Amino acid sequence: MSLDTDTVRKIAVLARIKIEDKKLSPLADELNNIIGWVEQLSEVDTDGVAPMTSVAEMTMPSREDVITDGDCEDRVLANAPDKVAPYFTVPKVVE
Amino acid sequence: MSYIIKGETADWELVIGLEVHAQVISNSKLFSGSATSFGAGPNSHVSLVDAAMPGMLPVINAHCIEQAVKTGLGLNAAINRHSVFERKNYFYADLPQGYQISQFLHPIVGEGLLEIQLKDGTTREIGIERLHMEQDAGKSIHDKDPRRTFIDLNRAGVCLMEIVSHPAMHSPEEAGAYVRKVRSIVRYLETCDGNMEEGSMRADVNVSVRKVGETGLRTRTETKNVNSVRFMMQAIEFEAQRHVEMWESGGEVKQETRLFDPDTGETRPMRSKEEAHDYRYFPDPDLLPIELTQAYIDDIKATMPELPDQKKKRFMDELGLSAYDADVLVAERETANYFEVVAKGRDAKVAANWVISNLFGALNAAEKDISTSPVSAENLGKLLGLMADDTISGRIAKDVFEIMFETGDDPEKIVEDKGLKQITDTGAIEAAVDHAIADNPEQAEEVRQGNGKAIGWFVGQVMQKTQGKANPQAVNKMLRDKLGG
Amino acid sequence: MTNPNELTIAKARDALVAGDLKSTELTQSCLDAMSGARNLNAFITETPELALERAGQSDARRAKGESRGALEGIPVAVKDLYCTEGVLTTAASHILDGFVPEYESTVTENLRNAGSVMTGKTNLDEFAMGSANVTSHYGPVKNPWKLDDGKDRVPGGSSGGSAAAVAANLSLAAIGTDTGGSIRQPASFCGIVGMKPTYGRCSRWGTVAFASSLDQAGPMTKTVRDAAIMLQGMAGHDKKDSTSAPMMVPDFEAAITGDIRGMKIGIPKEYRIDGSPAEIDTIWQKGADMFRDAGAEIVDITLPHTKYALPTYYIVAPAEASSNLARYDGVRYGLRVDGDSLDEMYENTRAEGFGDEVKRRVLIGAYVLSAGYYDAYYVKAQQVRSRIAEDFKKAFEQVDCILTPTAPSTAFAIGEKMDDPIAMYMNDVFTVPASMAGLPCISVPGGLGDDGLPLGLHLITKPFDEETLFRAGDVLETQADFTAKPTDVGGGE
Repeated sequence: MSLDTDTVRKIAVLARIKIEDKKLSPLADELNNIIGWVEQLSEVDTDGVAPMTSVAEMTMPSREDVITDGDCEDRVLANAPDKVAPYFTVPKVVE
Repeated sequence: MSYIIKGETADWELVIGLEVHAQVISNSKLFSGSATSFGAGPNSHVSLVDAAMPGMLPVINAHCIEQAVKTGLGLNAAINRHSVFERKNYFYADLPQGYQISQFLHPIVGEGLLEIQLKDGTTREIGIERLHMEQDAGKSIHDKDPRRTFIDLNRAGVCLMEIVSHPAMHSPEEAGAYVRKVRSIVRYLETCDGNMEEGSMRADVNVSVRKVGETGLRTRTETKNVNSVRFMMQAIEFEAQRHVEMWESGGEVKQETRLFDPDTGETRPMRSKEEAHDYRYFPDPDLLPIELTQAYIDDIKATMPELPDQKKKRFMDELGLSAYDADVLVAERETANYFEVVAKGRDAKVAANWVISNLFGALNAAEKDISTSPVSAENLGKLLGLMADDTISGRIAKDVFEIMFETGDDPEKIVEDKGLKQITDTGAIEAAVDHAIADNPEQAEEVRQGNGKAIGWFVGQVMQKTQGKANPQAVNKMLRDKLGG
Repeated sequence: MTNPNELTIAKARDALVAGDLKSTELTQSCLDAMSGARNLNAFITETPELALERAGQSDARRAKGESRGALEGIPVAVKDLYCTEGVLTTAASHILDGFVPEYESTVTENLRNAGSVMTGKTNLDEFAMGSANVTSHYGPVKNPWKLDDGKDRVPGGSSGGSAAAVAANLSLAAIGTDTGGSIRQPASFCGIVGMKPTYGRCSRWGTVAFASSLDQAGPMTKTVRDAAIMLQGMAGHDKKDSTSAPMMVPDFEAAITGDIRGMKIGIPKEYRIDGSPAEIDTIWQKGADMFRDAGAEIVDITLPHTKYALPTYYIVAPAEASSNLARYDGVRYGLRVDGDSLDEMYENTRAEGFGDEVKRRVLIGAYVLSAGYYDAYYVKAQQVRSRIAEDFKKAFEQVDCILTPTAPSTAFAIGEKMDDPIAMYMNDVFTVPASMAGLPCISVPGGLGDDGLPLGLHLITKPFDEETLFRAGDVLETQADFTAKPTDVGGGE
């Protein structure tokens, strides 16, 4: 499966990374190279094999329904690049 | 009765599917230990995990799993013993991780069935496709600053149950009945408080139309976050009409997400959702699959309260109530509990009447609800008892009820204090009747001449003379005996 | 008299216990070495005041008889992927500019509670993506091993800074993280010991996530015994991490008995790669001979899916990374580059904040998860991964431990292999299979290559059998008797 510049552009949007137009083609080449290489997996017989979802062979641990966290606006906001405490801020979104 | 839109060129029917998002009642969030309660100061119910700081990891809240299973059982649905959390990847300001932990291919609850009751007395079964658990997002606030949107993550990470129906509803009424039923069930189970105004329950409505007789489905649109049943029904009506007009004018309905505007009653496209999303679901590698044992599910089933449908059936079969009355009484668990206390050892139909007409009437007028009723169930029951053993008449009972509503007092005490006991002593009644006849000879003559209405007037006179305490049936009988007619 | 910074943890422990050495002296010795070796660029942030403060506290504890054990007062360098409270944490990325965590990772907290002293945050490949430590926003790390040609060489990656720091005696030990080989391969390139425990042995809480199903914390040390001591202090169940294994932590150091007679060592034929330099085969053969001499039995085994491990890794790891790195969006921490809209802000921030290799992997990851490709790539890769794990499981029915080379070459020069990402990915060809199966593994310096640069030998054992790993690794270390030292251990900026 080949990636063209259009596909790269679409993926870049999905990943929210701006790619300059002139970089799209060389990037498509690089990615195609890698995708071409990983495609050798299609050689492997995997009929009836369950995908490995977890290395650890254990059941999901859970916690009790108790409040143990929160109430730390200062810590949560400490590293915010732009804030009007106690809110984070972003450029205006129009819905 | 089908809901048909009469278009220019054809008759059209609706196909409606609903996705209800119900916030789970729990102390802490689905994957973090911060509090879930509504109305706290911005970003105060936010932990480092909720804020998606580098290196943070999710740990699941066991109670949320229970609530989801319980709700699934209440929806007559299959519980999937194996389910998987997957990441739904997209970017938005209220989604700090850049993905929502949700369930995709393997939800915790599978196919279910909901019975809805319609105004004309008919019932329908609506198929439920699934219920899954997912994280709620935070809140974006757009009106605090001209150039910035403010973000509050208090709600981010709260457990939601997403209940997805099959596209099996065909009218706004059905959709309304469905949502009300879901709400009723989750409130009975105490898995969600169903408060649409506060946003703890939201509905996304999928609407499409097709010509009557057409099979298959045309393009649907999704209208999001409608926060009342009434608005939802309005949105459906508007959307359906809009679709019909679009198709009939030769256009095509665009698959999109829309927002309902309660001020105009119209929907409009949601700007930020214009591009198709590729969510790139994959199993969350920070979590393991949920594996439930049958014993776990059975234990939960054993603790379930009687649900509305079962209760309704019991009220009809064992207590002889009408379907309509039973429906009203079972809509809320609190109401049903209240009613059962009132009806215990008494005439159920009378009890039903008093709760539905008298109590609800008074509560509505005073803008209260059953949980804040000044009249307790025990006391209302006592009032019925006083009528049943003829201590007071129905008319007096109404007066007593008014006093009870104002004071919260015990009816027996009120009757005692105000000397309202019914006069059943025939001697006293006869005396009053004779007086009334003597005082009003012309009217007495009318009655003898056969004017039935005059009897009523005489009863009224006697009642007045006895401050309403005479037993009206006895008065009536006596008048007829004495005056004929 | 050896300089204190040249000691092993075990020897320093003896000296500290005997009262011949104080932690403050030991720490100062490391700090001096660090300031004399800045040309290596092994550290992003040095924390001398914090280090001396903790060293002083350590000495005070010891004086009161309250020593916390083997790691009491030992200087440790920390890969800048671990969130350290109050100390800049960058993941070697521009996108985490200025990020000072309000929390401490579980592993570094464990080390601190064990009494160790953090001397600084070491350099790494950006977001742990790389095998040469050349993708860091803070510049490449130089391998203290140098040849007469004068070329700067890579230390390996992604934990290149940690490896260089230990090799150059800037610290007694360091911690790294290993996702596909990021501890073991730099250990091989720098002539030190590096191990990755079983997945789930150490907590991932507070460690910047790259590929969640693969990332593991691990020690980088001068000896196998030191690695055992370090792992003791790092490991343990953490209920804040749902993938943390609820396993008891055994006494790893006690497992080092020096005796491996009768141990079965497996040699997997699939690790013999056509076209690979002869020296790799030679060192591998040497390793087998050393084990034989120590009384172990050498068994030929097969791990049929070995060659698919690397492409599998390069689907699974980028996929998980593309999702894990979505949170770096300029909203709550780090770099923000403005835009007219929210999406523009995201796109500008991430374009400027991420380096080329990170972008490449995020895009690959988004691609292999995207609609239409998910089954063909991601699901397929996870199925192949199951096969790889099965291979190992079968092999461990026959043997106790598996021996392979660690890296397919010695440390190459900075600037080489930059044209072709896949050539760079091949650095991990021997280390990746064990990562895919979540197995504990270690690299021990085996000898020198033809060019005089270090070559490591790689051991793999069953899940949670780090004890066998340390026992075998220690014997290998004794047999190999690797005493060569790097030349460039300091000298100006």
